[in-house]
Amino acid sequence: MIGRASVIKGLIDAEPIRAGGLSGLLERVCFAVVPVLSASGAGISMMTADGTRGVCIASDPVSQHVDDLQFVLGEGPCMEAFEHRRPVLVTDVADTATRWPLYAPAAEQGGVRAVFAFPLQIGGARLGVLDVFRRDAGPLTADQLTDALLFTDVTVSAVLDRQESAGTGRSDDLDAAIRHRAELFQAQGMIMVQLGVPLAEAMVRLRAHAYAQNRRLDELARDVVAGRIRFIPEAP
Amino acid sequence: MTTVSVERLAKIFVEIADTLVDEFDLIDFLHTLTDRAASLINASAVGLLLADERGRLEFMAASTENAKLVELFQLQAREGPCMEAFGTGEAVINVDLAGATSRWPNFAAHALEAGFRSVHAFPLRLRAQRIGALNVFGENTGGDFERGDIAIVQALADVAAIGLLQERTIHRSEMLTEQLQGALNSRIVIEQAKGAVAQARGVGVEEAFALIRDFARAHNRRLTDVSHAIVANPDNAIRLR
Repeated sequence: MIGRASVIKGLIDAEPIRAGGLSGLLERVCFAVVPVLSASGAGISMMTADGTRGVCIASDPVSQHVDDLQFVLGEGPCMEAFEHRRPVLVTDVADTATRWPLYAPAAEQGGVRAVFAFPLQIGGARLGVLDVFRRDAGPLTADQLTDALLFTDVTVSAVLDRQESAGTGRSDDLDAAIRHRAELFQAQGMIMVQLGVPLAEAMVRLRAHAYAQNRRLDELARDVVAGRIRFIPEAP
Repeated sequence: MTTVSVERLAKIFVEIADTLVDEFDLIDFLHTLTDRAASLINASAVGLLLADERGRLEFMAASTENAKLVELFQLQAREGPCMEAFGTGEAVINVDLAGATSRWPNFAAHALEAGFRSVHAFPLRLRAQRIGALNVFGENTGGDFERGDIAIVQALADVAAIGLLQERTIHRSEMLTEQLQGALNSRIVIEQAKGAVAQARGVGVEEAFALIRDFARAHNRRLTDVSHAIVANPDNAIRLR
């Protein structure tokens, strides 16, 4: 798995840079995802906890349009994936007319038959959704599903680290000392309360500290959980 | 471990069936199941792992929240009896840990250090698909499981697999993936909530879990929902009463 995640990071970073900052990163992810998942297009929508849409990027106009549709119509796989905090895998939108009476026909008309929506999240911190589209109906293979999930992991890490590329971010979190994985999440919760900030911000701060101190993320997390390290709000 | 009492087993199945209702909370259910399984067969610890579809097994629930023991479950993400049971679909029974150091170098060493002598793992199966494994630690070496008991623990594992679905039938394998990924994410939320409450109340994470679980039960809310509420706002952990 570590090997495959590295390959995926490499594919993202091999994409030409078309823009800077967050948009640039998301764009590269969208373009990299397409051939790996045999997709016709991909889109990423960043969202706040209450479902408000922020930055949204897509690999092509058709994907952008179908992504926009969901927000305009207020229904669709992307919104469900975000709300229910789990992937929504639609092998054929033609079968979903009851589930999404507005979205299903509009997506089909827009040239899309299969939609796979993956939330970009770590537990309670939700950043947005990755949508993968296909012109033809049909499921993802097991390998493609694994790759899609790894793409979301890599993207979430890169976004949290405010990176423009996937490869320069931390790599030890994807395989954080397996036996201490729970402590990493516990540390996130602790820091959230210590600093009085949202969970995603707590994650950013934990990672930034690990990077600045050149420490393994999981070891830092253990210190936080054990009370050896505390995050203190900066004086105003 | 002793031969399982049929009456106790029947009680457990009734209890489990009772929990499979509208207000069903997956993690709480798995917690109850592993806890009952442990007392039923007099095991030191029982844990449940789910395959995350990225190629490894993730810890979901156990009869204990003790961090050291949870580590032993987490260690099996890529090596150990659970990985074998998950991979082959066959139960791994009565393995003497002292003799398993080349079979599972990393896992066996840590399990022995923790004081365990034997380990067993049962695949979690849903029709043709394997979705994870149930892990049992015993303190005595070998000969722990009688034939009849093996079938019973496998039945408990199968019940766990059924409980993992909130739909009666899985029409598509996609639905199973969606459920499993949702369940795995829920476990992460619970860990984050444990940390938040531990910090807010000045207690250890184990006690934090008990506080969250007790709060959920007292207010007739799902464990997962309460955990989501806690991590949604840094003030909520402090307000948990």
